[in-house]
Amino acid sequence: MTTPLFEAKNLQKYFPVKGGILNRTQAQVKAVDDVSFAINPGETLSIVGESGCGKSTTGRAILRLDDPTDGEILFEGQNLMELSKSDLRQKRKEMQIIFQDPYASLNPRQKVKQILDEAMAIQGVVSKAKRPERIRELMEVVGLRPEQAERYPFQFSGGQRQRIGIARALSVDPKLIVCDEAVSALDVSTQAQVLNLLKKLQKDLDLTYLFISHDLGVVRHISDRVIVMYLGKIVEIADKKDLFDSPRHPYTRALLSAIPIPDPSKSRERIVLQGDVPSPMNPPAGCRFHTRCPFATDICKTEEPELRSTTFMNETHKAACHHIEKIAETEKTSIV
Amino acid sequence: MASNEQTPVLEVKGLQTSFFTPDGEVKAVDGVDFSVNSNETLGIVGESGSGKSITSLSVMRLIQHPGKIVGGTIELSGEDLLKKSKQQFAKYRGNRLSMIFQEPMTSLNPVFTVGSQIAEAVRIHKKLDKKAAWQEAVNMLKLVGIPAPEDRAKRYPHELSGGMRQRVMIAIALSCDPELLIADEPTTALDVTIQAQILELIKELQEKSGMAVLMITHDLGVIAETADKVVVMYAGEVVEQADVKTLFKQPLHPYTQGLMNAIPRHDIDLDELEMIPGTVPTPQNMPSGCRFAERCPYARDLCVEKHPELATPSNNVDEAVTTGQTRCWIYTDEWDGPNPTKGVATNQ
Ligand SMILES: Nc1ncnc2c1ncn2[C@@H]1O[C@H](COP(=O)(O)OP(=O)(O)OP(=O)(O)O)[C@@H](O)[C@H]1O
Ligand SMILES: Nc1ncnc2c1ncn2[C@@H]1O[C@H](COP(=O)(O)OP(=O)(O)OP(=O)(O)O)[C@@H](O)[C@H]1O
Ligand code: SF4
Ligand code: SF4
Ligand SMILES: [Mg+2]
Ligand SMILES: [Mg+2]
Repeated sequence: MTTPLFEAKNLQKYFPVKGGILNRTQAQVKAVDDVSFAINPGETLSIVGESGCGKSTTGRAILRLDDPTDGEILFEGQNLMELSKSDLRQKRKEMQIIFQDPYASLNPRQKVKQILDEAMAIQGVVSKAKRPERIRELMEVVGLRPEQAERYPFQFSGGQRQRIGIARALSVDPKLIVCDEAVSALDVSTQAQVLNLLKKLQKDLDLTYLFISHDLGVVRHISDRVIVMYLGKIVEIADKKDLFDSPRHPYTRALLSAIPIPDPSKSRERIVLQGDVPSPMNPPAGCRFHTRCPFATDICKTEEPELRSTTFMNETHKAACHHIEKIAETEKTSIV
Repeated sequence: MASNEQTPVLEVKGLQTSFFTPDGEVKAVDGVDFSVNSNETLGIVGESGSGKSITSLSVMRLIQHPGKIVGGTIELSGEDLLKKSKQQFAKYRGNRLSMIFQEPMTSLNPVFTVGSQIAEAVRIHKKLDKKAAWQEAVNMLKLVGIPAPEDRAKRYPHELSGGMRQRVMIAIALSCDPELLIADEPTTALDVTIQAQILELIKELQEKSGMAVLMITHDLGVIAETADKVVVMYAGEVVEQADVKTLFKQPLHPYTQGLMNAIPRHDIDLDELEMIPGTVPTPQNMPSGCRFAERCPYARDLCVEKHPELATPSNNVDEAVTTGQTRCWIYTDEWDGPNPTKGVATNQ
């Protein structure tokens, strides 16, 4: 058993919804609700799910960019919730984040070399004299030419800007990088460039990734393990192969079947889900997926299912559904 | 399968649309040809900035200053749309041809209920009175699968989810039984489970009405699942055109091949994604030869010097796959030697 690099235990993040004359808290958005997982050193763990399910909130909460409302976050065994602001700042160099829109996160009035220099200065990881050399190195690592560090962000294409975002994250020698939709805004050809780069860097620099994405194709390509979220909860977690080849949760199955496959000769059964995702302010009781689940029964409306494994699942594979066994049974009879 | 004798619902020939900017002319669409028959879906695919939206906006004659259609013809069931006066064309738009956009919020009016917006469209095109138009609006909402349509008709756009708003847009677009529906990235802003609902809906409605559909997307998966024929655009030009099965089975153009091998897929494992090096040329530095040459692994002097035409392949291709057209020197008699792309397996 490897010791995890990172662990989230019963992580919770509620956002208050204020309103009325007194601007009192009227409700809570349960963006992340009792989420636990561990990330092993050197692996890529992904979080997938539809818009609003709590992926970004999870990513931000574990870095304490937004403080969790409850739960524990452990980095190399140390509880980050107990750290003071200044100790936390020190720890931040171990944990970096890359965002979807590299443009919004880069200061347009700074040259790339200033952006990288500042990141290193804040963390105090590289002495001033050594920074120019480090900047050259970083530019090369992410596949840009060192002299391009003299340019401003707007002088780069989207894919190149994402490389700058990666260079900035790498500048402080992190162990863990949270990639929040890091390739989602890119065209496929550019996306492939950045994905291949992330994979290479992981190998070369021994990085650990928490990779957040709504694109299951990208996730299959980059991950070792995958978490599927729905309305603030983990509904399934598994090794990549198990998740894509034998998904157990009805939501995961619907999600996988909904993605168009770029191959017109492949025909398949599509599970079209009815209705919309309910509001996280007022999530359904019991299993949060029951309002859209084709397998829902009475117990689903009242009792919340635990994440669990069963005899025919690998022990690292868990799904939160009351009827895993029954659904596997119907599958045997319906699929030839 | 559509026969060739049929008059296409839409036939675009040599379309050129440019923007006249202070930095010079931007040829956003530069000589585009395609046609769509009734009951058929033509997919237009290409990366950001390749000219997909400008092509569809040109068909709708919605190009705004400083843009201008500078060449070509656009025929709707044989009638040249570019010869119509503004007033004549206004009667066609939203009547014989309709369009839905990526972000329905920007095309719906926030201060009117969705029911009144559909009713307005119906009243104009079907010449119904107010009450009948409202009833028709409710029917349309029901047709596009919105639950509790009587109630939803009274709601404002912001009170509906993204998927429901897109359904409303479809209801408005279809309220006049168009011959042609243009869908420009209709599901790009939506979640995949909602995307599946919307694509299914468009298909169902097409089966009922026989309309022609122009499906514009950057997603090859959406193309594979919805289109009968496909046009691949690159830097303002069509670089390949084929029926959907042929295109995916044997893409000819190096760009199309690269695109297909660059997509990470959720249904199969790929060791490494193919990278198309570099980026799309900017209009200011448009190469005079093949526009893909600086990113193409097979480029030769010929490619850099001379601009290839979109043509039926006459060289380096199996007899069986000459149903499409491509814009690449490899498939012409001017190319010496074997097809360098042979053996470049696609993911299929
Ligand atoms: N600052 C905030 N205040 C109130 N609600 C918030 C805030 N941030 C996020 N939320 C809500 O929390 C829920 C989860 O949001 P989150 O951004 O984590 O989703 P996501 O899974 O990252 O979605 P997307 O795929 O759209 O990025 C959503 O319902 C969102 O509206
Ligand atoms: N108002 C404008 N002025 C100058 N150039 C323009 C203008 N509108 C569009 N263009 C140019 O026309 C080209 C084609 O744009 P278009 O919107 O058709 O691309 P697209 O294929 O739809 O891309 P996307 O996938 O990003 O929607 C682009 O290079 C763009 O820069
Ligand atoms: S617990 Fe019930 S409602 Fe939830 S996913 Fe399983 S079958 Fe569906
Ligand atoms: S014409 Fe030449 S450069 Fe262009 S795609 Fe064909 S081989 Fe490549
Ligand atoms: Mg997010
Ligand atoms: Mg567009």
